[in-house]
Amino acid sequence: MADPTKRSDENERKPNGTDDADLSARLKSLDARISQASVQRAEAEPRERPKSDPHAIGQAFRLSAEFVSGVIAGGVVGWLVDRLFGVSPWGLIICLILGFCAGMLNLLRAAGMVKSARYDDKK
Amino acid sequence: MASPIEQFQVKPIIPVINFTNSSLFMIGAAAVIVGGLLYATRKKALVPGRAQSVAEILHDFVANTLTDTTGREGMKFFPFVFSLFMFVLTANLLGMIPGFFTVTSQIVVTFALALLVIGTVIIYGFVAHGVHFLHLFTPSGVPGWLLPFITVIEIISFLSRPISLSLRLFANMLAGHIALKVFGGFVVSLGTAGIGIALLSPLPLLMAVGLTALEFLVAALQAYVFTVLTCIYLNDALHPGH
Repeated sequence: MADPTKRSDENERKPNGTDDADLSARLKSLDARISQASVQRAEAEPRERPKSDPHAIGQAFRLSAEFVSGVIAGGVVGWLVDRLFGVSPWGLIICLILGFCAGMLNLLRAAGMVKSARYDDKK
Repeated sequence: MASPIEQFQVKPIIPVINFTNSSLFMIGAAAVIVGGLLYATRKKALVPGRAQSVAEILHDFVANTLTDTTGREGMKFFPFVFSLFMFVLTANLLGMIPGFFTVTSQIVVTFALALLVIGTVIIYGFVAHGVHFLHLFTPSGVPGWLLPFITVIEIISFLSRPISLSLRLFANMLAGHIALKVFGGFVVSLGTAGIGIALLSPLPLLMAVGLTALEFLVAALQAYVFTVLTCIYLNDALHPGH
């Protein structure tokens, strides 16, 4: 919406040289202010969330499968280790325990309890 | 009374090429998305009409979700994420129409979608960062003797991502549809059970109405959760090892 009006403005003022320079300077400062404001908003947004927005319910649904999937993944890995290296049943036992740990880690990370120093600090 | 899980049966429509009702509704969902968006954007008006506003809201919603999580450079994945969101949302909502097949209540479908996401993350991560992508599995600041355990746990945690992504969507859609069908069945069996008991049959009907509203919420929310998690995982591929 803002784009075409700006363009028509430019066309109108083309003949006048000083006005044109003034306009471009003003546009530039406006650009800078908009980008600054959008950066500020992006930084502020995750912290101040209204009570009723989908984030909270979405979060609740997220947690439901995190732990189970960790255990299942551990079980599958253990089963594959058993099949490939023939160390049945130790691969399954150890990988299931590690899968429990991974599921716990998933859960805590999804709940924001574990602030790992790496990729999750973006959130 | 029909079995509550009868609605999930995959039946062949054209057996020769394995065209099932599942395939039909997947093609249907894709057709609804493409047709609807083409219809909504046919005028490309500066002041959007009703249909075009809906399309713009959907676009802005997914774009905001993506840039909030991954930053500006995540927008190169926008077509992928938007297609995923629209497909899951449309398939969920199509399943809410009585008699229609719910594609996302089949774990094969949701797992294929999740594998697509994780495959994209792995391939893009290795192409863009090379071996550095493996730093995702080795957190910094961990004592040396603990590192092997943590690495294995991180790898299992990474492998569990497609499982949790697919399991969540599949389980929510399956459970919701079964619950609806069970309460619908209660109405019929109470109504035919005798004169005194038949007076009770409006109660499960009320419950079914409430559940239908809840199911619409879940259908939209699961599409949203799927999209958010896709964005979070793509963020790992874009910026591993911070």
